[in-house]
Amino acid sequence: MDDEIARAQEQRRNVEDDALAAVSSVPFDADLYGGVSDPDRFAGYETSIAATAEDDDDDDDDDATEPVNPAARSLASYSGHAIASSSSGLPRAADEEGDGLRAREGEYHRRHPVRGMSPDRHDPFAAAETTPDPSTRTYADAMRDNQPAPATKRRNRWDQSQEDEGDGAAATGAKKAKTASSSSSSHWDAAPDAATPGIGRWDATPGRAGGATPSLKRNRWDETPTPGRMADADGTPAPSVAWDSSFTPTPKKQRSRWDETPAGVGSTAPRATDAVTPAGYAPGPTPFDAADLATPSPGQIARGPMTPEQYQLLRWERDIEGRNMPLTDEELDTMLPQVGYKILDPPASYQPIRTPARKLLATPTPLFTPLYAIPEENRGQQFDVPKELPGGLPQMKPEDYQYFGTLLNEGEEEEQLSPEEHKERKILKLLFKVKNGTPQQRKAALRQLTDKAQEFGAGPLFNKILPLLMQPTLEDQERHLLVKVIDRVIYKLDDLVRPFVHKILVVVEPLLIDEDYYARVEARQIISNLSKAAGLATMIATMRPDIDNTDEYVRNTTARAFSVVASGLGIPALLPFLKAVCQSKKSWQARHTGIKIVQQIAILMGCAVLPHLRSLVDIIEHGLSDENQKVRTITALSLAALAEAAAPYGIESFDTVLRPLWKGTKSHRGKVLAAFLKAVGFIIPLMDVEYASYYTRGVIPILIREFQSPDEEMKKIVLKVVKQCVSTEGVEADYIRNGILPEFFRHFWIRRMALDRRNYKQLVETTVGIANKVGVADIVGRIVEDLKDESEPYRRMVMETIEKVVAHLGASDIDRHQEELLIDGIVYTFQQQTSDDSNVILNGFETVANALGQRVKPYVPQICGIIKWMLNTSSAKARQRAADLMSRIAIVMKLCQEERLMCHLGHILYESLGEEYPDVLGSILGALKAIVNIVGMTKMTPPIKDLLPRLTPILKNRHEKVQENCIDLVGRVADRGAEFVPAREWMRICFELLEMLKAHKKGIRRATVNTFGYIAKAIGPEDVLATLLNNLKVQERQNRVCTTVAIAIVAETCSPFTVLPALMNEYRVPELNVRNGILKSLSFLFEYIGEMGKDYIYAVTPLLEDALMDRDLVHRQTAASAVKHMALGVAGLGCEDALVHLLNLVWPNIFETSPHVINAVMEAIDGMRVALGSAVILNYCLQGLFHPARKVREVYWKTYNSLYIGAQDALVAAYPALDIDGNNIYSRPELAMFV
Amino acid sequence: MQASDRFNINSQLEHLQAKYVGTGHADLNRFEWALNIQRDSYASYIGHYPVLAYFAIAENESIGRERYNFMQKMLLPCGLPPERDED
Repeated sequence: MDDEIARAQEQRRNVEDDALAAVSSVPFDADLYGGVSDPDRFAGYETSIAATAEDDDDDDDDDATEPVNPAARSLASYSGHAIASSSSGLPRAADEEGDGLRAREGEYHRRHPVRGMSPDRHDPFAAAETTPDPSTRTYADAMRDNQPAPATKRRNRWDQSQEDEGDGAAATGAKKAKTASSSSSSHWDAAPDAATPGIGRWDATPGRAGGATPSLKRNRWDETPTPGRMADADGTPAPSVAWDSSFTPTPKKQRSRWDETPAGVGSTAPRATDAVTPAGYAPGPTPFDAADLATPSPGQIARGPMTPEQYQLLRWERDIEGRNMPLTDEELDTMLPQVGYKILDPPASYQPIRTPARKLLATPTPLFTPLYAIPEENRGQQFDVPKELPGGLPQMKPEDYQYFGTLLNEGEEEEQLSPEEHKERKILKLLFKVKNGTPQQRKAALRQLTDKAQEFGAGPLFNKILPLLMQPTLEDQERHLLVKVIDRVIYKLDDLVRPFVHKILVVVEPLLIDEDYYARVEARQIISNLSKAAGLATMIATMRPDIDNTDEYVRNTTARAFSVVASGLGIPALLPFLKAVCQSKKSWQARHTGIKIVQQIAILMGCAVLPHLRSLVDIIEHGLSDENQKVRTITALSLAALAEAAAPYGIESFDTVLRPLWKGTKSHRGKVLAAFLKAVGFIIPLMDVEYASYYTRGVIPILIREFQSPDEEMKKIVLKVVKQCVSTEGVEADYIRNGILPEFFRHFWIRRMALDRRNYKQLVETTVGIANKVGVADIVGRIVEDLKDESEPYRRMVMETIEKVVAHLGASDIDRHQEELLIDGIVYTFQQQTSDDSNVILNGFETVANALGQRVKPYVPQICGIIKWMLNTSSAKARQRAADLMSRIAIVMKLCQEERLMCHLGHILYESLGEEYPDVLGSILGALKAIVNIVGMTKMTPPIKDLLPRLTPILKNRHEKVQENCIDLVGRVADRGAEFVPAREWMRICFELLEMLKAHKKGIRRATVNTFGYIAKAIGPEDVLATLLNNLKVQERQNRVCTTVAIAIVAETCSPFTVLPALMNEYRVPELNVRNGILKSLSFLFEYIGEMGKDYIYAVTPLLEDALMDRDLVHRQTAASAVKHMALGVAGLGCEDALVHLLNLVWPNIFETSPHVINAVMEAIDGMRVALGSAVILNYCLQGLFHPARKVREVYWKTYNSLYIGAQDALVAAYPALDIDGNNIYSRPELAMFV
Repeated sequence: MQASDRFNINSQLEHLQAKYVGTGHADLNRFEWALNIQRDSYASYIGHYPVLAYFAIAENESIGRERYNFMQKMLLPCGLPPERDED
């Protein structure tokens, strides 16, 4: 929270500076915009200003004064993100602190809202014979619209004003209201988004549709359905009016745009409502409208609907405002004592802040004194309290009003609703429950949606779900749920889904490139199910137009979607289509996408491409000689992906492409060459030895030439290819050593490579690959000196490489001189480590030391000296590292017979136990543990009897790392050296340990419980048991559960007879928790002691008898589970009499309905089956199998079934003899046979 | 059964049981149950070789013949199913 606040403050400061800069009409503060590390940081603010200007088509009269209206401008940029985002069409573009999905999307991802949803398509398969309704969109339409728009498609001010004039006749009065056609040319394309040229295609292409005719592309989805509008026909897709060319838009509709919330409420004051929409923050004709106040008041919020982004923003700002509010005099009075303080006058020299920027942020004074208007009284005003919803609906978040607002006025016009609207409302309600409801509500709603999917129909369902999924403020969980809804609905609707395939795809495809893994998986699942439901033909027909879309984003997602279709329906089904696409003569985009589909198929399906490898390669091979460079590149990349997926098989399929690839590596340069090299690099490992060797030798000179390429992409590919080449069998070590290594090290082992994470990883990987071929000595010899390099990241990279190489190949090849250099370098790196928090250096040290083994001996004193010295430094990190190193090299030191040194270090560590930093303390305890483990209890210095009392107070430490290491150490001592410590000390520790049972980490709780066992063994169970039994009275459940486990462990380690009497005595305490605890301990006890239980079964039977007859459910449940463990333990040991007795008590519980109880009872009966034999249980079952009451029969059959599954064969001998019944003879004469 | 019961462990148990041939349910009639018993018995006889050998000696048949007979009997061990009176 704190750093969020800090960020907000910083942002505000920036804004102030910004405004200041604007006022003094200095263009842009250079060091503010240029000097900051991330130059894009203020992108949002800039666009907001641009957008303000853009918005001015609406009110041209203001234009002259517009560009520098400092106040308005600062306000505009003050309310920041919302404006920036809405104006560029990207909801919440620069909003860093939000936690919605959009917040973490990259620039590329954000392009998806730009892609509007498409109207329903005509389903040629379902209605083949009928002519498509002119209102529905057919394949031909889709194709036509996808043509690259004419050159004039980039709308400029000039032709927009033309449009406006043309529409002027139709839409009177409201100049700023958009006409239908210009509303379809949504505001997005006005955004300065030249990077995405394809966006323009969503406009109405000027000229084609003409005038006020809404083009086919006019997109209902662009508009935000709101409560006010839900009622009209717009929400339902059925009426063709919306698509009709004679449709004259009413002013109300014209106003709707994506980012503008058309307000049904308060529309009498258009300016006011407009002001709450994002654009409204921009200076309008009356810039000092109340809505422009910097601090939005709650009243304002309640005034009209806002976009969800604004809600989040407001919520955030209000929070911060509240925190940063200056203290009033009254508050100060209450905080400070009355006496002893005096209120001073401000000194004469005090100057209140008068900087223009600050002043601008203060409440603006209107330019003229506004006349006071009596505010309209609104009793129904909801301040901040969410309205209680009718009909048990979950709470509505402000963002939801836009979609689910209609649910609020339920009941008011219930009777006027048409059946269609009823249905819609029903869907809406269910969706809302799925989105916001409790798990039960959600489950029920989801089930209902699924069951009634057919009844609701595809149209109404998807018309509600899809816009919701496009909502910018959706959270991960909500998206997941909606995706689930779609998935199930698709399954139910089956081929009814066809007209909506494209709509669904538009929504789902962006998820395919989401950063979140689960989002990607879900998207794949939906598309796969969709293709199964709609069929291949529909999928192809739907996605075909997108394949040669001008927008790269659309093509990319389409290619991915196609690969999912291929994995869902099988590659062979898609092959003919792919072939056609890849050979498309019409546009290179189609070929590019086709080939990309192949690449994606390879990536997605892995080795499953093998059966079709030949055909896939055949389909794309001609792309290598395509006239378009992009196509050549993607072809090579696809081949690389195919080879990677197929490895190590399938070389014969690549025969045809080897030559062109090979030639390509010789003739191309730059990116294309990189792609070709990658393809060659991935194909080489598939080859036979001699071919691989031949090709490697051929490709190496090119690689070496490209070593010096400045291109990052090329670098990565070269590294990858080198790795692939050197790891093939046909390449000899000598060749690599002399041919590659010198250049390789010269170009790649440079400091810059360590700075980029991906380069770093790839370089380490490649070097390790080379080392596997040429051996440790060569590689280590070349880089060992770099351990003393001055750049820390570089040292770390060297260290990581050495670690990996040594771990793979051992240190036997390292000669004496190298060994010296190595240890020296590592020690240097270790000491010099400053900024680095990773464990790379430590791991390296450990690996190298362990690999060298006894050869480390000469250096041990030096290393210990360093550890000692570092333990005394003032840097906590250094102390922690020293302790960590100690625990890592303890084994090697033992190997070098340096126990004396270790004991010495033990002393020093012991003295450091006063450490205040918990992380360091944890490491110190870890080091002590390592020493104790290796030196042993008797030889340990400081002696255990001194060490342990020092640990007792540390057990109180609540830090997880400290707790874990401490309990491990204490447990170790209790296990091995309990006799060195007086019993009283152990008791003290016992009390501390009880607290540890609360730990969150399971490892700690387990170690604690085991420690109880060790301690009990050392000092006898009585005292420990008394402590534990007392602990059963605590309230906290987890604590009690752990205690019961501990009791069982104590009983196990000290034999049950020492514990059982006390335990059974404690059962007489008339307290529920204690009794249940005892029963649970018994259950664990019998689980642990197994067949030892036969000696105790008669002793505890009376207790269990009582528990099984208790009124309390939990008693019976826990007793049943104790019976289960008991029965399983004593099976075959001759305790049947007691068990039958217990079974008689367990059996009546089969009619329990509580899930846990019935579960325990069933398990107890299963246990009895094992111990008593199935025939006994069968006889119990037979009473009720044909009982007249159905409820009884159900339960008995359930019991019978689990018996039957458990012991089917054994039952054969025990089945009852049935009488002859009419024609049916049930006797089994075979069993009566006798020889 | 309550609504909440539908999703808990016990429903899974019943689902699991239903996957095995030979398990029963509340609507099973006498004939169906007996049928299962008969088939289980024959399967058991065939599955245990010593039992099969014992029967072979008792009936003075070869073991293979005995196995074949049992297998044949598994088809309709209790005769034709009785007429359902309710439907």
